[in-house]
Amino acid sequence: MTTIAATGTDLHAHDHHDADHKPGFFARWFMSTNHKDIGTLYLIFAIFAGIVGGAISGLMRLELAAPGIQYLQGWASMMAGKEASLDEAYHMWNVLITAHGLIMVFFMVMPAIIGGFGNWFVPLMIGAPDMAFPRMNNVSFWLTVVAFIMLLGSSFVPGGTGLGAGTGWTVYAPLSTSGSVGPAVDMAIFSLHLAGAASILGAINFITTIFNMRAPGMTLHKMPLFVWSVLVTAFLLLLALPVLAAAITMLLVDRNFGGAFFDAAAGGDPVLYQHLFWFFGHPEVYIMILPGFGIISQIVATFSRKPVFGYLGMAYAMVAIGVVGFVVWAHHMFTTGMSVDMKMYFTAATMVIAVPTGIKIFSWIATMWGGSVSFKTPMVWAMGFIFMFTVGGVTGVVLANGGLDDNLHDTYYVVAHFHYVLSLGAVFSLFAGFYYWFGKMSGRHLNEFLGHLHFWVFFIGVNVLFFPMHFLGNSGMPRRYPDYPEAFAYWNGVASTGYAIMAVGILIFFVNVIWSLLAGRRAEDNYWGEGATTLEWTLTSPPPYHQFETLPVIK
Amino acid sequence: MAGAKNHDYHILPPSITPILGSFSALTMFFGLVMWMHPEQFGYGSLVFGLGLLGVLYTFFAWWSDVVTEAHAGDHTPVVQLHLRYGMIMFIASEVMFFVGWFWAWFDFSLFPVPLEIVKDAETHAFTVTNLIGQEGAAALMQWPPKGLEVLDSMKLPLLNTLILLCSGTTVTWAHHALIHGDREGLKKGLLATILLGLLFSSIQAYEYLEAPFPFAGLNYGTAFYMATGFHGFHVIVGTIFLAVCLVRANKGHFTPKQHFGFEAAAWYWHFVDVVWLFLFIAIYIWGGWGAPVHA
Repeated sequence: MTTIAATGTDLHAHDHHDADHKPGFFARWFMSTNHKDIGTLYLIFAIFAGIVGGAISGLMRLELAAPGIQYLQGWASMMAGKEASLDEAYHMWNVLITAHGLIMVFFMVMPAIIGGFGNWFVPLMIGAPDMAFPRMNNVSFWLTVVAFIMLLGSSFVPGGTGLGAGTGWTVYAPLSTSGSVGPAVDMAIFSLHLAGAASILGAINFITTIFNMRAPGMTLHKMPLFVWSVLVTAFLLLLALPVLAAAITMLLVDRNFGGAFFDAAAGGDPVLYQHLFWFFGHPEVYIMILPGFGIISQIVATFSRKPVFGYLGMAYAMVAIGVVGFVVWAHHMFTTGMSVDMKMYFTAATMVIAVPTGIKIFSWIATMWGGSVSFKTPMVWAMGFIFMFTVGGVTGVVLANGGLDDNLHDTYYVVAHFHYVLSLGAVFSLFAGFYYWFGKMSGRHLNEFLGHLHFWVFFIGVNVLFFPMHFLGNSGMPRRYPDYPEAFAYWNGVASTGYAIMAVGILIFFVNVIWSLLAGRRAEDNYWGEGATTLEWTLTSPPPYHQFETLPVIK
Repeated sequence: MAGAKNHDYHILPPSITPILGSFSALTMFFGLVMWMHPEQFGYGSLVFGLGLLGVLYTFFAWWSDVVTEAHAGDHTPVVQLHLRYGMIMFIASEVMFFVGWFWAWFDFSLFPVPLEIVKDAETHAFTVTNLIGQEGAAALMQWPPKGLEVLDSMKLPLLNTLILLCSGTTVTWAHHALIHGDREGLKKGLLATILLGLLFSSIQAYEYLEAPFPFAGLNYGTAFYMATGFHGFHVIVGTIFLAVCLVRANKGHFTPKQHFGFEAAAWYWHFVDVVWLFLFIAIYIWGGWGAPVHA
């Protein structure tokens, strides 16, 4: 015991650095233990992954712009370095949809919304100097990076009919087991293991930070709603991801060691994989949207200059969505031949989620009601989110019906639905948060005009892109095919035009960011004025390297 | 407010271990892919081994830093609370990992399929055929699959249960000794726990060698070995964790008031113990009920 006291003194020296003393370039960005720097790294990484994932969807819309196979065979030949067969071209299509899904879910939305905004603003909003486990925070980031490298690498090795993993983001067996010979799918699986480990560690970090590091006086019921949203999300990550880890480990066992988990001939059950996957996969969709809900709540309150309507209802609605989200998974599997009783349960349970979600939508509207609303860029994105997420929510209620889903399952109606909640939901909340907090993070203002222009071009683009998919799905066009009959040509052409419009919107966004970083006006501490009441607005823009060295006290 | 840190939280200096560990993990997993695909790659085991070394070094360096920081007084009461929360949630995520393996087991056992199992008398090789929709299928819808011998749950598995339960008491003995300043009791209790853990692992290994059913090509075998195998892996990890605690105890670490490293190891050990109880009941006793027992 005495030895401990003796070794204790000399190591304490490094703790006495100034609030704004930053380490050198390599130490700062590659060995970081600072939540704001790690948040910035996550945002840059997510933007890069978003460009890759978005470019892939561009290839998909290019191919789908007209019936017949246009470019696929050429791309497959380019990847293989030799003339590719039509089957290899079809495999290429599967690789594109797989990569687009995995990249957008695991390497764009999650790193941006939890890793980026969560890291930046959870400690700031609760008045904490950093995260609870600053070093573990960094391993979460770097594991995400190496997971992305692993996934990109998989496209250059054989995966069955051609190069790359062509299993869809759901990695269903037996396509992913006996159906995909070669190392590509194993690499995709390990990529998910790495990304999953990163997210579990991140979840532990956020929960510990939020429970233990709130400033004196900030009770759970005084916490900003964004912090609530990250708290619920972290619990979903913590409890859902390990089940995915088990499921994809079973895939590995079946693929490489003669396992029988999903091999019906040996007593295995392919539907077991679907249960395990969706037990993770359904909470996963809330993982992507809940932090968005939190961001929208902050923004709507700020620009209505009113506290959010029904604060406690808003917080516990998210808790309810998180809890019920764990018992609805099989609505993704209505066509696997489950019994009518099971279909009825999963239909009813799924519809229950519309209640807390409705509470949130109506409370946002009630917050604006009678408020002094200013239509700054973050606010128009937030209002776009509320409109478009509601559309996605309503088609979700349609799809929740087991009977209707027999018709709509695996059609473009489903594609339209989940892009309305993700591309027009989660992504809108990301842009809203970016415009809301960019000045705080960088110290420079974005251009309001370009922000509005970005919004309108992007808003029109994604609606032209995704709304026709409802019609295509209703008339029976299946997902995951690179070709279609003449009857679907018109709306597919329209959708591809929508992609081009959306891409212009993204260009405006990048022009805005670059312009702002080079020549943007300096941002004041609280540039949104009296509506912005959370703790990050009490700090400078950007905040000091170590903020809250004396903890703020909440009255 | 610049300059002075007026709070008890732990602000860390930059560290190379996170990025080192991440790229080591990448190397390890890519090496494993190479190893599993000799038709594509050579030297897979070498790359895997290199990555594994990096990962193990990262664990060592990282936790050495944590111990050093603890001794430097960085683990204030609130930071110790962080560590407690962190460990509890890590164990919660581990529980959900095992949910996946139990899910597979219950899927197979509650909804059995008609498997016809023929064991070659000479080669001991199993031929498994799924007779679903064919004549005689109804008579085969049972769990464990007809024609399969299972392990006698009341022999070695019961002994292993008693060993793990016993090790749960020895680790508590060590904990109480530590709290009351009895260093010798701490070391003896830890050593006893580690030895019981090693005994458990040895018995499991022996039983795997003796088990009358294959790993590959049969749902019973794959689900059995993966569920009990991942438990076994966790026993080994827990044993190493306790061994590190014993080394630290010998070095004079841990005080009656501050010994979270030990407590985390004990929590982990109890978690491993509880998982075994569920495995013992669901897989060995209930999951093998009614089947002929391997002599």
